Amino acid sequence: MVVHDPKEMSSAISVTDVDIRQREVLELYKITKTFGKLVANDDISFKVYEGELVALLGENGAGKTTLMNILFGHLLPDAGQVAVFGREMELGRPRAAIAAGVGMVHQHFTLANNLTVLENVMVGTEALNRVASDRAGGRRKLIALAEQFGLAVNPDAYVSDLSVGERQRVEILKALYRDARILILDEPTAVLAAPEAERLFSTLRTMAQKGLSIIFISHKLGEVMEASDRVIVLRAGRIVAERRTRDTDQATLAELMVGRRVNRPVRQRSEPGRVVLAAEQLGFIERGEVKLRDVNFTVRAAEVLGIVGVSGNGQAALGHVVCGIDPPTQGRLTLDGATMESSRTTASAGVGRIPEDRHAEGVVGEMAIWENAVLERIGENRFSRFGLVNRKGARAFAAELIRRFDIRGGDVDQQVRRLSGGNMQKLILGRNLAGQLRLLVANQPTRGLDEGAIASVHTELLAARASGTAVLLISEDLNEVCALADRIQVIFKGSLSAPLAAEAADARTLGLMMAGVWETAQ
Amino acid sequence: MRLERRVDISMALVVAAPLAAIASALIIAGFLIALAGADPFKAYKLLVVSAFGSRLSITETLVRATPLIFTGLAAAVAFRARIWNIGAEGQLYAGALASAAVGHSAVAMFPAPLAITLVILIGAAAGAILLIGPVFLRIRTGADEVVTTLLLNFITFLFVSMMIEGPLRDPDALGWPQSFAVDSSITLPLLVSRSRLHVGLLLAFVVALAVWFVQARTVFGLQVRAAGLNPEAARFAGISLPRSLLVVAGLSGGLAGLAGTIEVLGVRGYVTTDMSPGWGYSGIIVAMLGGLHPLGVIASAIFVALVFVGSNGMSRALNIPSYIADVIVSVSLLTMLLSLLFTNYRIRR
Amino acid sequence: MMDALGILATASVWAATLRIATPLIFGTLGTLLCERSGVLNLGIEGIMTIGAMVGWLTVYRSGDLWLGLFAAALIGALFGLIHAVFTVSLGLSQHVTGLGITLFASSLAYYTFRLAVPMAASPPTIVPFQPWRVPLLSDIPFLGEAIFVQAAPTYVAIILTVIVGYVLVYTPLGTAIRMTGENPHAVEAQGLNPIRIRIWSVVAGSALMGMGGAFLTIAVFNSFFPTMVQGRGWICTALVVFASWKPWKALLGAILFGLFDAYQLRLQQVVAGAIPSQIFLMIPYVLSIAALVVSTQRARVPQALMQPFRRGEH
Repeated sequence: MVVHDPKEMSSAISVTDVDIRQREVLELYKITKTFGKLVANDDISFKVYEGELVALLGENGAGKTTLMNILFGHLLPDAGQVAVFGREMELGRPRAAIAAGVGMVHQHFTLANNLTVLENVMVGTEALNRVASDRAGGRRKLIALAEQFGLAVNPDAYVSDLSVGERQRVEILKALYRDARILILDEPTAVLAAPEAERLFSTLRTMAQKGLSIIFISHKLGEVMEASDRVIVLRAGRIVAERRTRDTDQATLAELMVGRRVNRPVRQRSEPGRVVLAAEQLGFIERGEVKLRDVNFTVRAAEVLGIVGVSGNGQAALGHVVCGIDPPTQGRLTLDGATMESSRTTASAGVGRIPEDRHAEGVVGEMAIWENAVLERIGENRFSRFGLVNRKGARAFAAELIRRFDIRGGDVDQQVRRLSGGNMQKLILGRNLAGQLRLLVANQPTRGLDEGAIASVHTELLAARASGTAVLLISEDLNEVCALADRIQVIFKGSLSAPLAAEAADARTLGLMMAGVWETAQ
Repeated sequence: MRLERRVDISMALVVAAPLAAIASALIIAGFLIALAGADPFKAYKLLVVSAFGSRLSITETLVRATPLIFTGLAAAVAFRARIWNIGAEGQLYAGALASAAVGHSAVAMFPAPLAITLVILIGAAAGAILLIGPVFLRIRTGADEVVTTLLLNFITFLFVSMMIEGPLRDPDALGWPQSFAVDSSITLPLLVSRSRLHVGLLLAFVVALAVWFVQARTVFGLQVRAAGLNPEAARFAGISLPRSLLVVAGLSGGLAGLAGTIEVLGVRGYVTTDMSPGWGYSGIIVAMLGGLHPLGVIASAIFVALVFVGSNGMSRALNIPSYIADVIVSVSLLTMLLSLLFTNYRIRR
Repeated sequence: MMDALGILATASVWAATLRIATPLIFGTLGTLLCERSGVLNLGIEGIMTIGAMVGWLTVYRSGDLWLGLFAAALIGALFGLIHAVFTVSLGLSQHVTGLGITLFASSLAYYTFRLAVPMAASPPTIVPFQPWRVPLLSDIPFLGEAIFVQAAPTYVAIILTVIVGYVLVYTPLGTAIRMTGENPHAVEAQGLNPIRIRIWSVVAGSALMGMGGAFLTIAVFNSFFPTMVQGRGWICTALVVFASWKPWKALLGAILFGLFDAYQLRLQQVVAGAIPSQIFLMIPYVLSIAALVVSTQRARVPQALMQPFRRGEH
C-alpha cells in the first residue's frame, strides 16, 4: 500500500506481507474531485483485496460518500483512475461500474416504491427492447440468492410495504443479482437498530468469506472496530491513515478521524426545577398511520431530557407536535401548566425550536441571513410596526447573532444556502437562544455536522440548560444523548419507554431498547 | 458537460438575461418572416415604426400595455408564491363582465367617483373569486390549480358569452352580441387627447409600485416570499400556508380582474367575447420576461405591447400573417427560460 | 324525460361517443407516458393544435390520410423533444416550459397555416377518414353500429392503449419508465440513464398528442381553424389523474367523457331553446374539474413527477 503523504502519515503502518498474498480486486489511483472551491477528494489512492471488509472512516464532510459515488460512477472525478480486477474501469457511468462487478448500497435507498421487489431488482438487467421481461427466471435467481446469503424477502411485495431493514436487504440483493464482486455500503447502519446492524455485519462477513470484497462507509468507531479487517481514514478529502483493524484501537482512530483534539463539553450537575413541558397520553395519526401512541414525558427546568431511537420511529412526528407544527390527535401538551397552543409556539413565546432537517425546515435558503434570523419572530415590535418590516432592527439583530454565535460565511445580506451546515445550525440555534427560553426543543441538532460544529452545538445546549431552560433533545445518536441528557427515554414505533436516569443507562441496554426489546421486557 | 450553479450573480447578468432572450427570439422569428418571403430587417424596422413611430402609435402601444401590466402582475405575484395561476384570461373576463354588469346601477346610486371605485373593486373581486376557488380546492384536495384554472378559462368564457347573449345583452347594438355599455360618467378620463390612452395606465403604474412595496417592505410580503421559496420552513416559522396562499390568490386574481375592468372603463365601455386577444396568457410571458419583478413587469408589458401593435402594421404592409406577433412573444418566453438558466448556472466542461 | 333517457338506447350516440373520445384517448395516453416517466407536459394543448394543422396540411397537399396522421405524430415528437431538452436535459420548470410550448406551438401552427393557405371566404377542405365497417363485427345488431363502425384512427388509438398498457407492465422498458417516474436515482443506480428514458418517453407521448390533434382535422372535421382544440389538451391532463396513471383507466375515462359529451349534444337538441347552449358546452370542463377534484386524493401520483433529475445531485 502506498503512503500518500509522508509527513502526515509518519505513524502509518505500511503493508503487511499477508495483504500481498491476497488477490487485488480494486485500485483507486489519484482520485481528485472538486465542487467549486471545495476539494472533496484530494489525490486519493488505495487498494482493496479479495474477501476483505474495509471500513472507510471519516467525519461528515470528509469526502467518503463522494469517493464512493465516483467509484460507482455517479460522479466523474476531475482526475484519477479506477482499476477493477486489474482492468481500468470507465468512470462516470454506473453501468460500467456494475459491469465491472461493483455494487453499491446507497444510504438513501435507490428503490422505486411503486414497483415490486423483483421489478426493482430486474430493472436494467435485461435489454430494453425485449418484448417481455423474464420474471420467472428472475424470481428463481433472486430466491436462490436470498437463500444463499440469508436475505429473506418476498419478491412480489411492493417496496412501499417493506420495513427499512427489508429495503436494505433488497438493495444488497440488487447488487448480488448483478454478480457484484465488490460491494460498497454507504452508512449502512444509519437506519438500523443495534441487533439489525449486528445481523447485517454477519451477512457481510458471510459474503466476504465467499470471496466478495466489501467497503463500508462509517463514522461510528465501534462498528468499524468490530466489523472491519482494515480501516482507511479520510479527513478533509485526503487519506490520513490506513490500518489493519486488529493493530489499532478506537482512541487512535478517533484522533486520526478528527485530526485535532476536539473536546466535547461535559455535562455538569444541575438541579432540575419545575416541570416546564409535560406530555400526557400524546397520540398522533397521520394519513391513517399511527405515528405516536400514548406518549408521556416531562421536561423540567435546567434539565435535558433525551429521547433516543433509530430513525423513523416517530421522532419526526414528535418533533412536529412538540414544536406546534401539527396538533396532537390525542392527549395534550402543557407548557408551565397551560395547554400549549400550536403554531404560536415560537421563540417570542419562550419556546426555542431546532428542526430535524435544517435545510427543509430550518431556513429558507434563498433568503438572506437577516430575513432568516427574524422570520419566526417578525411579529415582535422591534422587527415590525404596523405590518411593515423594520429592516434596520432586523439587520442589527442578525449582526448581533453573527457576532455572538460566531457564524462564519457571510454578512447579514448573505443568502443562507451558501453557509456551511454548521454555520446554518449556529444561526438557527442563535435566533432561538438570543433571549431567555423556557423550553428548547432540539431535534437531531448535530446531524451531518463535523466534530468541531458538534462540540459548539453541545456547548450551547448545555449553556441553555445551565441558564434554567428545559431542553428536550431528540436524537438518533446514542453517544450524544448519553453525553447531554439527564434522563433518557427510548422511542420505538411511536411509543416511549419509561425514563432512565443517565447514570443508570449504559449503551448496551439502550441499544437493545432501541430495537424494541423493552416492550417485551416491561 | 454539466451545469454548475453560479456563486455570484452579477446585476449585469440579471439585466442582460431578458435582452438576450428577446434578441434570440427575434432571430428565430426572423427565419419565419423570411419564410414568408419578406426581409426580416425591414420587417423589424417596420414593426418598431408601427409601434413607436408616431404619437398615435405610441399611445396605442401604451393602451395595449395597460391590461398586460395587470395580467403580468397577476402572474408574477402568483408565481412567486408558487401558485400556478394560468387562469388570468378567465379572471380578466370575469372582471370585465362584473364591472359592466354593475356599471349601470352603481351610477344610479352613487356619485361618479364613488361609483368608479366601487365598479373597480367589484371587477377585482370577481377576478379574485375565480382564483380563490381553485387555490382553495388545491389546499383541500390537492387538485392541481394549473388544470383547474385553465379549464375555468373556458367555463368563464362560455358564461360571459351566455350573459351577453342573455340578460346583459345590449338590445340596441348591431352585429355580434355585446353587453350594455357602462355609463359615460364612469369611464376613465383620457390621458392624451385625441387618442385612446386613458388614466388606466397610471393606475397600472401605481398598482405595480404598490405590489413592489408590499413584496419588499411588509411583513406579509416577507412571509409570502418565504412560503413560496420553502413552504416547510415557512410553516415551521409559524406562517399559515393556507392563509397566505388564499390571500395571494385573491391578490393575483384581483389584478387579473382589474385588467378586464380597466379595459372596459378605459377603452371599450362594454364587453364582447373577442375583447381579449389572449392577454391572460400573454401575462405569463410578461411576468417571466420581467423576472417576476413588479417593475420589470412594466417594462416587459410595454415590450410585448410593442410587438403586438407593431406586428399589426408590419404584417399588413408586408403581407405576413399577423400571428407572427404571437410567435415572437411565445418564443421569447422559451428563450427567457434559457437565459435565466445561464444566469444561474454556468456550463462546466 | 323519456326522450332524455332514450338517447342512450340509440346506436348513434355510442358511435359518437367513441368519435369524441378518440382525441382524448390519444392525448391522455400521451400525457400518461410523459408523466409516468416523471415529466409534466403542459405543451399538450399546443402540440395537439400543431398536430391538427400539420395533419390537415399534409392531407391537403398529398391526399394521403395516413401520411397526415404520421406527419402529425412527427411534429408532436419534435415539440416533445424541445420540451424534453428544456425540462429533462436542462432541468427547467416543467410548468413554464409546457405553457411556453403550448403558446409557441399554437402560434406557429396559426402562422404557418396562414402562410400555406391564404385567407379565403370559405376555408379549404379535405376528404376526412370515413367510418370503416369492421368485417363481421359491424354486423352484430346494435353493438356493431355502436362500436364497430368508426374512423380507422379510432381503432389505432384503442390498439395503442393496449400496447402501452402491456409495455408498461410486462416489459423491461416499461418497468424502467415506471421506475423513472418514481425515483430516477434508482434507475441510475441500476445502470440505466434516466435522462434518456425521460426524453424518449416525452417524445413518444408527444407524438401521441400530435395524433390526437390530427384526428380532429382529418377525421372529425375536414378543415383547420384556430382555437379548434378548445382545451381538449387540458382535459387530458385532468383525465390522466382521474385514470390514476393507468392506461386502461385512461381509456375508460376518455370513453366516459365522450359519452357525456355525446349525450349532452343529443340532449341539447331535445331541449333546444329551453336552456342556453353555453350551459351544455360548459359541461365537459366542469366534468373535468370534478373528476380532478374527486380523484386527486385517491390517485397514486408518480413520486418524481415534476422533479428534475440532475446527475450527482441527490
